[in-house]
Amino acid sequence: MIPGNFEYHAPESLPAAVGLLGELGDDARVIAGGHSLIPMMKLRLAMPEHLIDLRKITDLDYIKVEGGTCTIGAMTTQHTLINDAALKTAAPIVAETALQVADPQIRYQGTIGGNVANGDPGNDFPGLMQCLDATFTLEGPEGQRDVSAREFYEAAYFTARDDLEILSAIAFPVCEGGYAYEKQKRKIGDYATAASAVLLSKGADGMCSKASIAMTNLADTPIYCEDASALLVGSSLDADTLAKVVTACIDVIEPVDDNRGPVAFKKHAASIVLKHAIDRAWSRA
Amino acid sequence: MKKTNITLNVNGQAHEANVEPRELLIHVLRDHMDITGPHVGCETSHCGACTVEVDGRSVKSCTMFAVQAEGSEITTVEGLGNPDKLHVLQEQFKEHHGLQCGFCTPGMITRAHRLLLENPTPTEDDVRFGISGNLCRCTGYQNIVKAVLSAADIINNETEESLA
Repeated sequence: MIPGNFEYHAPESLPAAVGLLGELGDDARVIAGGHSLIPMMKLRLAMPEHLIDLRKITDLDYIKVEGGTCTIGAMTTQHTLINDAALKTAAPIVAETALQVADPQIRYQGTIGGNVANGDPGNDFPGLMQCLDATFTLEGPEGQRDVSAREFYEAAYFTARDDLEILSAIAFPVCEGGYAYEKQKRKIGDYATAASAVLLSKGADGMCSKASIAMTNLADTPIYCEDASALLVGSSLDADTLAKVVTACIDVIEPVDDNRGPVAFKKHAASIVLKHAIDRAWSRA
Repeated sequence: MKKTNITLNVNGQAHEANVEPRELLIHVLRDHMDITGPHVGCETSHCGACTVEVDGRSVKSCTMFAVQAEGSEITTVEGLGNPDKLHVLQEQFKEHHGLQCGFCTPGMITRAHRLLLENPTPTEDDVRFGISGNLCRCTGYQNIVKAVLSAADIINNETEESLA
Protein backbone atom coordinates (compact mmCIF):
# COMPACT_ATOMS: atom_id res chain seq x y z
CA MET A 1 0.00 0.00 0.00
CA ILE A 2 2.84 2.39 -0.81
CA PRO A 3 2.03 4.93 -3.53
CA GLY A 4 4.41 5.54 -6.39
CA ASN A 5 6.91 8.36 -6.17
CA PHE A 6 5.89 11.88 -6.96
CA GLU A 7 7.02 15.43 -6.47
CA TYR A 8 4.86 17.47 -4.09
CA HIS A 9 3.75 21.05 -4.75
CA ALA A 10 1.58 23.22 -2.51
CA PRO A 11 0.97 26.53 -4.32
CA GLU A 12 -0.55 29.33 -2.30
CA SER A 13 -2.90 30.83 -4.87
CA LEU A 14 -5.27 29.57 -7.54
CA PRO A 15 -3.40 31.32 -10.39
CA ALA A 16 -0.17 29.68 -9.17
CA ALA A 17 -1.89 26.26 -9.12
CA VAL A 18 -3.36 26.76 -12.60
CA GLY A 19 0.07 27.91 -13.84
CA LEU A 20 1.78 24.87 -12.35
CA LEU A 21 -0.81 22.51 -13.81
CA GLY A 22 -0.37 24.16 -17.23
CA GLU A 23 3.39 23.71 -16.99
CA LEU A 24 3.37 20.09 -15.75
CA GLY A 25 0.39 18.95 -17.84
CA ASP A 26 -0.53 15.28 -17.91
CA ASP A 27 2.19 14.35 -15.42
CA ALA A 28 0.40 16.22 -12.64
CA ARG A 29 -2.74 15.64 -10.63
CA VAL A 30 -4.53 18.11 -8.40
CA ILE A 31 -5.25 16.90 -4.86
CA ALA A 32 -7.95 18.39 -2.61
CA GLY A 33 -9.10 16.23 0.34
CA GLY A 34 -7.30 13.26 -1.18
CA HIS A 35 -9.76 10.60 -0.07
CA SER A 36 -10.40 9.41 -3.62
CA LEU A 37 -6.94 10.06 -5.06
CA ILE A 38 -4.69 8.69 -2.27
CA PRO A 39 -6.43 5.28 -2.21
CA MET A 40 -6.05 5.13 -6.02
CA MET A 41 -2.37 6.01 -5.66
CA LYS A 42 -1.88 3.27 -3.06
CA LEU A 43 -3.34 0.78 -5.54
CA ARG A 44 -1.10 2.31 -8.24
CA LEU A 45 -4.20 2.92 -10.32
CA ALA A 46 -3.08 6.54 -10.24
CA MET A 47 0.63 7.29 -10.54
CA PRO A 48 1.03 11.03 -10.98
CA GLU A 49 4.60 12.29 -11.17
CA HIS A 50 3.57 15.57 -9.60
CA LEU A 51 0.93 16.28 -6.99
CA ILE A 52 -0.48 19.80 -6.81
CA ASP A 53 -2.06 20.22 -3.37
CA LEU A 54 -4.70 22.93 -3.06
CA ARG A 55 -4.67 22.91 0.75
CA LYS A 56 -2.84 26.24 1.13
CA ILE A 57 -5.28 28.10 -1.13
CA THR A 58 -7.45 29.23 1.75
CA ASP A 59 -9.55 31.54 -0.42
CA LEU A 60 -11.12 28.44 -2.00
CA ASP A 61 -12.67 27.62 1.39
CA TYR A 62 -15.85 29.71 1.76
CA ILE A 63 -19.63 29.60 1.72
CA LYS A 64 -21.51 32.70 0.56
CA VAL A 65 -25.27 33.14 0.48
CA GLU A 66 -26.28 36.36 -1.23
CA GLY A 67 -28.66 37.64 -3.89
CA GLY A 68 -30.56 34.35 -3.94
CA THR A 69 -27.44 32.34 -4.77
CA CYS A 70 -25.27 30.01 -2.71
CA THR A 71 -21.63 30.03 -3.77
CA ILE A 72 -19.22 27.51 -2.30
CA GLY A 73 -15.45 27.39 -2.71
CA ALA A 74 -14.09 24.11 -4.02
CA MET A 75 -11.95 23.42 -0.92
CA THR A 76 -14.89 23.64 1.50
CA THR A 77 -15.07 20.35 3.39
CA GLN A 78 -18.18 18.29 4.01
CA HIS A 79 -17.68 18.95 7.73
CA THR A 80 -17.91 22.69 7.08
CA LEU A 81 -20.98 22.24 4.83
CA ILE A 82 -22.75 20.33 7.62
CA ASN A 83 -22.07 23.00 10.23
CA ASP A 84 -22.66 26.22 8.27
CA ALA A 85 -25.72 28.02 9.64
CA ALA A 86 -26.38 30.19 6.57
CA LEU A 87 -26.23 27.19 4.24
CA LYS A 88 -28.50 25.19 6.52
CA THR A 89 -31.17 27.85 6.01
CA ALA A 90 -30.53 28.51 2.32
CA ALA A 91 -30.09 24.90 1.15
CA PRO A 92 -30.65 22.35 3.91
CA ILE A 93 -30.42 19.50 1.39
CA VAL A 94 -26.64 20.07 1.23
CA ALA A 95 -26.08 19.15 4.89
CA GLU A 96 -28.58 16.29 4.62
CA THR A 97 -26.47 14.90 1.77
CA ALA A 98 -23.07 15.65 3.32
CA LEU A 99 -24.05 13.71 6.46
CA GLN A 100 -24.47 10.63 4.28
CA VAL A 101 -21.02 10.89 2.70
CA ALA A 102 -18.42 8.43 4.04
CA ASP A 103 -17.67 8.81 7.77
CA PRO A 104 -16.75 11.64 10.18
CA GLN A 105 -12.99 11.54 9.60
CA ILE A 106 -13.41 11.57 5.84
CA ARG A 107 -15.89 14.46 6.04
CA TYR A 108 -13.26 16.61 7.75
CA GLN A 109 -11.00 16.12 4.72
CA GLY A 110 -13.33 15.51 1.79
CA THR A 111 -14.13 18.64 -0.20
CA ILE A 112 -17.15 19.58 -2.29
CA GLY A 113 -14.85 20.43 -5.20
CA GLY A 114 -13.14 17.07 -5.19
CA ASN A 115 -16.42 15.25 -4.79
CA VAL A 116 -18.01 16.89 -7.84
CA ALA A 117 -14.89 17.15 -10.04
CA ASN A 118 -13.64 13.58 -9.70
CA GLY A 119 -16.46 12.20 -11.83
CA ASP A 120 -16.91 9.11 -9.66
CA PRO A 121 -20.51 7.92 -10.21
CA GLY A 122 -20.56 6.74 -6.58
CA ASN A 123 -20.09 10.24 -5.18
CA ASP A 124 -23.18 11.85 -3.68
CA PHE A 125 -22.67 15.51 -4.59
CA PRO A 126 -22.82 15.25 -8.40
CA GLY A 127 -26.46 14.08 -8.33
CA LEU A 128 -27.29 16.68 -5.70
CA MET A 129 -25.71 19.39 -7.86
CA GLN A 130 -27.82 18.32 -10.85
CA CYS A 131 -30.92 18.44 -8.67
CA LEU A 132 -29.96 21.95 -7.49
CA ASP A 133 -29.16 23.02 -11.09
CA ALA A 134 -25.70 24.09 -9.95
CA THR A 135 -23.01 25.72 -12.05
CA PHE A 136 -19.34 24.78 -11.75
CA THR A 137 -16.62 27.37 -12.31
CA LEU A 138 -13.47 26.09 -13.99
CA GLU A 139 -10.17 27.98 -14.10
CA GLY A 140 -7.65 27.11 -16.78
CA PRO A 141 -4.86 28.58 -18.87
CA GLU A 142 -7.47 30.11 -21.19
CA GLY A 143 -9.27 31.78 -18.29
CA GLN A 144 -12.49 31.08 -16.47
CA ARG A 145 -15.66 29.38 -17.68
CA ASP A 146 -18.87 28.05 -16.18
CA VAL A 147 -20.42 24.66 -16.89
CA SER A 148 -23.83 23.44 -15.76
CA ALA A 149 -23.75 20.39 -13.46
CA ARG A 150 -26.37 18.87 -15.77
CA GLU A 151 -23.90 19.09 -18.70
CA PHE A 152 -20.70 18.29 -16.77
CA TYR A 153 -20.68 14.50 -16.49
CA GLU A 154 -19.79 12.52 -19.63
CA ALA A 155 -18.94 9.03 -18.32
CA ALA A 156 -17.36 7.52 -15.21
CA TYR A 157 -14.38 9.78 -14.37
CA PHE A 158 -14.85 11.74 -17.61
CA THR A 159 -16.22 15.25 -17.26
CA ALA A 160 -16.33 18.52 -19.17
CA ARG A 161 -13.33 19.70 -17.14
CA ASP A 162 -10.21 19.90 -19.26
CA ASP A 163 -7.09 18.26 -17.77
CA LEU A 164 -5.51 21.67 -17.37
CA GLU A 165 -8.47 23.20 -15.55
CA ILE A 166 -9.19 23.35 -11.83
CA LEU A 167 -12.73 23.47 -10.51
CA SER A 168 -12.77 26.50 -8.22
CA ALA A 169 -16.37 27.17 -7.19
CA ILE A 170 -19.92 25.88 -7.22
CA ALA A 171 -23.03 28.06 -7.35
CA PHE A 172 -26.72 27.23 -7.15
CA PRO A 173 -29.98 29.04 -6.40
CA VAL A 174 -31.17 29.25 -2.79
CA CYS A 175 -33.66 26.40 -2.27
CA GLU A 176 -37.35 26.87 -1.82
CA GLY A 177 -39.93 24.31 -0.73
CA GLY A 178 -39.21 20.79 0.44
CA TYR A 179 -36.10 18.70 -0.01
CA ALA A 180 -34.71 15.25 0.61
CA TYR A 181 -31.58 13.24 -0.10
CA GLU A 182 -32.39 9.57 0.41
CA LYS A 183 -29.55 7.05 0.22
CA GLN A 184 -29.60 3.28 0.45
CA LYS A 185 -26.17 1.89 1.37
CA ARG A 186 -24.85 -1.35 2.79
CA LYS A 187 -23.15 0.28 5.75
CA ILE A 188 -21.81 3.61 7.02
CA GLY A 189 -19.09 4.87 4.74
CA ASP A 190 -20.34 3.06 1.67
CA TYR A 191 -21.26 4.49 -1.67
CA ALA A 192 -24.95 4.37 -2.56
CA THR A 193 -26.64 1.22 -3.77
CA ALA A 194 -29.18 3.79 -4.90
CA ALA A 195 -29.75 7.41 -3.91
CA SER A 196 -32.07 10.19 -4.92
CA ALA A 197 -32.06 13.97 -4.49
CA VAL A 198 -35.47 15.66 -4.66
CA LEU A 199 -36.63 19.30 -4.43
CA LEU A 200 -40.37 20.05 -4.51
CA SER A 201 -42.35 23.27 -4.18
CA LYS A 202 -46.05 23.50 -3.34
CA GLY A 203 -48.18 26.21 -4.97
CA ALA A 204 -50.98 28.20 -3.30
CA ASP A 205 -53.44 25.68 -4.82
CA GLY A 206 -51.72 22.82 -2.97
CA MET A 207 -50.37 21.37 -6.21
CA CYS A 208 -46.69 20.78 -6.97
CA SER A 209 -45.38 23.95 -8.60
CA LYS A 210 -41.73 23.00 -9.09
CA ALA A 211 -39.84 19.72 -9.03
CA SER A 212 -36.31 18.48 -9.54
CA ILE A 213 -35.11 14.88 -9.24
CA ALA A 214 -31.63 13.40 -9.68
CA MET A 215 -30.34 9.87 -9.07
CA THR A 216 -26.91 8.76 -7.75
CA ASN A 217 -24.80 5.68 -8.59
CA LEU A 218 -27.37 4.19 -10.92
CA ALA A 219 -25.47 4.83 -14.16
CA ASP A 220 -21.91 5.81 -15.06
CA THR A 221 -22.91 9.43 -14.44
CA PRO A 222 -25.44 11.05 -12.13
CA ILE A 223 -28.86 11.22 -13.80
CA TYR A 224 -31.03 14.32 -13.82
CA CYS A 225 -34.59 13.05 -14.40
CA GLU A 226 -36.07 15.82 -16.50
CA ASP A 227 -39.20 13.97 -17.65
CA ALA A 228 -40.03 12.67 -14.20
CA SER A 229 -39.58 16.13 -12.71
CA ALA A 230 -41.94 17.60 -15.33
CA LEU A 231 -44.57 14.93 -14.57
CA LEU A 232 -44.75 16.07 -10.95
CA VAL A 233 -45.40 19.72 -11.75
CA GLY A 234 -49.10 20.57 -11.63
CA SER A 235 -49.98 17.32 -9.89
CA SER A 236 -51.17 16.65 -6.35
CA LEU A 237 -48.66 13.78 -6.14
CA ASP A 238 -51.53 11.31 -6.50
CA ALA A 239 -50.76 7.60 -6.76
CA ASP A 240 -51.18 7.59 -10.54
CA THR A 241 -48.68 10.39 -11.06
CA LEU A 242 -46.20 8.88 -8.61
CA ALA A 243 -46.29 5.56 -10.44
CA LYS A 244 -45.54 7.38 -13.71
CA VAL A 245 -42.73 9.38 -12.07
CA VAL A 246 -41.07 6.23 -10.72
CA THR A 247 -41.33 4.55 -14.13
CA ALA A 248 -39.88 7.62 -15.84
CA CYS A 249 -36.89 7.59 -13.47
CA ILE A 250 -36.28 3.86 -13.75
CA ASP A 251 -36.39 4.21 -17.54
CA VAL A 252 -33.45 6.63 -17.61
CA ILE A 253 -31.10 4.94 -15.15
CA GLU A 254 -28.64 2.28 -16.27
CA PRO A 255 -27.38 0.39 -13.21
CA VAL A 256 -24.91 -2.47 -13.62
CA ASP A 257 -24.43 -5.73 -11.73
CA ASP A 258 -21.78 -5.39 -9.05
CA ASN A 259 -21.14 -6.19 -5.38
CA ARG A 260 -24.06 -3.95 -4.42
CA GLY A 261 -26.47 -6.21 -6.28
CA PRO A 262 -27.92 -7.22 -9.63
CA VAL A 263 -29.65 -4.78 -11.98
CA ALA A 264 -33.19 -5.79 -10.97
CA PHE A 265 -32.41 -5.23 -7.30
CA LYS A 266 -30.85 -1.85 -7.97
CA LYS A 267 -33.89 -0.73 -9.98
CA HIS A 268 -36.09 -1.85 -7.09
CA ALA A 269 -33.88 -0.02 -4.56
CA ALA A 270 -33.94 3.06 -6.80
CA SER A 271 -37.74 3.07 -6.89
CA ILE A 272 -37.89 2.81 -3.08
CA VAL A 273 -35.38 5.58 -2.35
CA LEU A 274 -37.11 7.76 -4.91
CA LYS A 275 -40.53 7.26 -3.28
CA HIS A 276 -39.07 7.95 0.17
CA ALA A 277 -37.33 11.08 -1.09
CA ILE A 278 -40.48 12.40 -2.77
CA ASP A 279 -42.55 11.70 0.38
CA ARG A 280 -40.09 13.45 2.65
CA ALA A 281 -39.59 16.41 0.32
CA TRP A 282 -43.37 16.86 -0.08
CA SER A 283 -43.90 16.68 3.70
CA ARG A 284 -41.44 19.57 4.02
CA ALA A 285 -42.79 21.59 1.04
CA MET B 1 12.96 10.42 -5.43
CA LYS B 2 14.18 13.51 -3.68
CA LYS B 3 13.58 13.53 0.06
CA THR B 4 12.45 16.59 1.86
CA ASN B 5 12.88 17.82 5.44
CA ILE B 6 9.64 18.38 7.28
CA THR B 7 8.77 19.51 10.77
CA LEU B 8 5.61 18.18 12.38
CA ASN B 9 4.23 19.61 15.60
CA VAL B 10 3.05 16.53 17.45
CA ASN B 11 1.59 16.76 20.94
CA GLY B 12 3.15 20.20 21.41
CA GLN B 13 6.64 19.15 20.33
CA ALA B 14 8.44 19.81 17.05
CA HIS B 15 9.62 16.62 15.34
CA GLU B 16 11.83 16.70 12.27
CA ALA B 17 12.06 14.04 9.61
CA ASN B 18 13.58 13.52 6.20
CA VAL B 19 10.84 11.93 4.11
CA GLU B 20 9.79 11.06 0.59
CA PRO B 21 6.61 12.92 -0.41
CA ARG B 22 4.83 9.58 -0.84
CA GLU B 23 5.27 8.60 2.82
CA LEU B 24 1.97 8.56 4.64
CA LEU B 25 1.52 10.48 7.87
CA ILE B 26 0.90 7.26 9.85
CA HIS B 27 4.22 5.78 8.71
CA VAL B 28 6.18 8.94 9.43
CA LEU B 29 4.66 9.21 12.92
CA ARG B 30 5.39 5.57 13.73
CA ASP B 31 8.62 4.85 11.83
CA HIS B 32 10.44 8.19 11.86
CA MET B 33 9.18 9.69 15.11
CA ASP B 34 8.52 6.59 17.19
CA ILE B 35 5.00 7.82 17.98
CA THR B 36 3.29 4.44 17.92
CA GLY B 37 -0.05 5.23 19.55
CA PRO B 38 -1.87 5.55 16.21
CA HIS B 39 -2.03 2.10 14.64
CA VAL B 40 -1.90 0.79 11.09
CA GLY B 41 -5.12 -1.18 10.69
CA CYS B 42 -6.63 -1.50 7.24
CA GLU B 43 -4.52 1.17 5.54
CA THR B 44 -7.50 1.85 3.28
CA SER B 45 -9.33 4.67 5.16
CA HIS B 46 -11.91 2.29 6.57
CA CYS B 47 -11.00 1.24 10.11
CA GLY B 48 -9.95 4.46 11.87
CA ALA B 49 -7.17 2.83 13.95
CA CYS B 50 -4.75 5.44 12.59
CA THR B 51 -6.95 8.40 13.61
CA VAL B 52 -5.04 11.45 14.80
CA GLU B 53 -6.07 15.06 15.16
CA VAL B 54 -4.69 17.52 12.61
CA ASP B 55 -5.54 21.20 13.24
CA GLY B 56 -8.71 20.30 15.12
CA ARG B 57 -9.92 17.69 12.64
CA SER B 58 -10.04 13.92 13.16
CA VAL B 59 -7.98 12.52 10.32
CA LYS B 60 -7.19 9.00 9.15
CA SER B 61 -3.43 9.36 9.00
CA CYS B 62 -3.15 6.53 6.46
CA THR B 63 -4.87 8.81 3.97
CA MET B 64 -2.73 11.90 4.28
CA PHE B 65 0.86 12.36 3.13
CA ALA B 66 3.17 13.55 5.89
CA VAL B 67 4.24 16.51 3.71
CA GLN B 68 0.61 17.67 3.79
CA ALA B 69 0.75 17.95 7.60
CA GLU B 70 3.78 20.25 7.63
CA GLY B 71 3.04 23.21 9.87
CA SER B 72 -0.09 21.62 11.36
CA GLU B 73 -0.76 20.90 15.03
CA ILE B 74 -1.10 17.13 15.44
CA THR B 75 -2.45 15.36 18.51
CA THR B 76 -2.16 11.59 19.00
CA VAL B 77 -3.35 9.49 21.92
CA GLU B 78 0.05 10.11 23.55
CA GLY B 79 -0.90 13.78 23.78
CA LEU B 80 -4.09 13.09 25.72
CA GLY B 81 -2.90 11.10 28.73
CA ASN B 82 -0.08 8.93 30.04
CA PRO B 83 0.20 5.92 32.38
CA ASP B 84 0.59 8.22 35.40
CA LYS B 85 -2.33 10.44 34.53
CA LEU B 86 -4.89 8.87 32.27
CA HIS B 87 -7.23 11.09 30.28
CA VAL B 88 -10.84 10.93 31.44
CA LEU B 89 -11.71 9.05 28.23
CA GLN B 90 -8.99 6.50 28.93
CA GLU B 91 -10.25 6.11 32.52
CA GLN B 92 -13.78 5.51 31.28
CA PHE B 93 -12.71 3.04 28.57
CA LYS B 94 -10.97 1.14 31.39
CA GLU B 95 -13.93 1.47 33.75
CA HIS B 96 -16.55 0.32 31.21
CA HIS B 97 -14.45 -2.33 29.48
CA GLY B 98 -14.43 -0.24 26.29
CA LEU B 99 -11.60 -2.34 24.92
CA GLN B 100 -10.59 -5.92 24.67
CA CYS B 101 -7.58 -6.36 22.37
CA GLY B 102 -6.97 -2.61 22.39
CA PHE B 103 -5.95 -2.26 18.77
CA CYS B 104 -8.69 0.23 17.85
CA THR B 105 -8.49 2.09 21.16
CA PRO B 106 -6.04 4.90 20.33
CA GLY B 107 -8.11 5.81 17.27
CA MET B 108 -11.36 5.49 19.21
CA ILE B 109 -10.14 7.73 22.02
CA THR B 110 -8.63 10.33 19.71
CA ARG B 111 -11.86 10.46 17.72
CA ALA B 112 -14.05 10.54 20.85
CA HIS B 113 -11.93 13.41 22.18
CA ARG B 114 -12.70 15.57 19.15
CA LEU B 115 -16.36 14.50 19.22
CA LEU B 116 -16.76 15.67 22.83
CA LEU B 117 -15.00 18.95 22.11
CA GLU B 118 -17.51 19.65 19.34
CA ASN B 119 -20.52 18.18 21.13
CA PRO B 120 -20.04 18.11 24.93
CA THR B 121 -23.49 16.63 25.59
CA PRO B 122 -23.96 13.92 22.98
CA THR B 123 -26.86 11.48 22.90
CA GLU B 124 -26.15 7.79 22.42
CA ASP B 125 -27.02 8.22 18.73
CA ASP B 126 -24.60 11.15 18.44
CA VAL B 127 -21.82 8.99 19.87
CA ARG B 128 -22.59 6.05 17.58
CA PHE B 129 -22.73 8.32 14.50
CA GLY B 130 -19.68 10.26 15.67
CA ILE B 131 -17.48 7.16 15.96
CA SER B 132 -18.87 5.47 12.86
CA GLY B 133 -15.51 5.89 11.12
CA ASN B 134 -13.81 3.68 13.72
CA LEU B 135 -14.16 -0.09 13.63
CA CYS B 136 -13.87 -2.40 16.65
CA ARG B 137 -13.84 -6.18 16.22
CA CYS B 138 -14.03 -7.09 19.95
CA THR B 139 -16.53 -5.07 21.93
CA GLY B 140 -19.56 -4.79 19.69
CA TYR B 141 -19.32 -1.05 20.50
CA GLN B 142 -21.72 -1.16 23.48
CA ASN B 143 -19.04 -0.54 26.06
CA ILE B 144 -17.23 2.00 23.93
CA VAL B 145 -20.43 4.03 23.66
CA LYS B 146 -20.96 3.73 27.43
CA ALA B 147 -17.40 4.87 28.07
CA VAL B 148 -17.74 7.95 25.85
CA LEU B 149 -21.10 8.92 27.37
CA SER B 150 -19.70 8.43 30.85
CA ALA B 151 -16.66 10.57 30.05
CA ALA B 152 -19.02 13.31 28.80
CA ASP B 153 -20.99 13.13 32.07
CA ILE B 154 -17.86 13.39 34.18
CA ILE B 155 -16.53 16.34 32.21
CA ASN B 156 -19.86 18.12 32.45
CA ASN B 157 -20.31 17.47 36.18
CA GLU B 158 -16.82 17.92 37.50
CA THR B 159 -15.39 21.28 36.68
CA GLU B 160 -11.86 20.21 37.55
CA GLU B 161 -11.91 17.58 34.78
CA SER B 162 -11.24 19.10 31.44
CA LEU B 163 -10.98 17.59 28.00
CA ALA B 164 -7.52 18.92 27.36
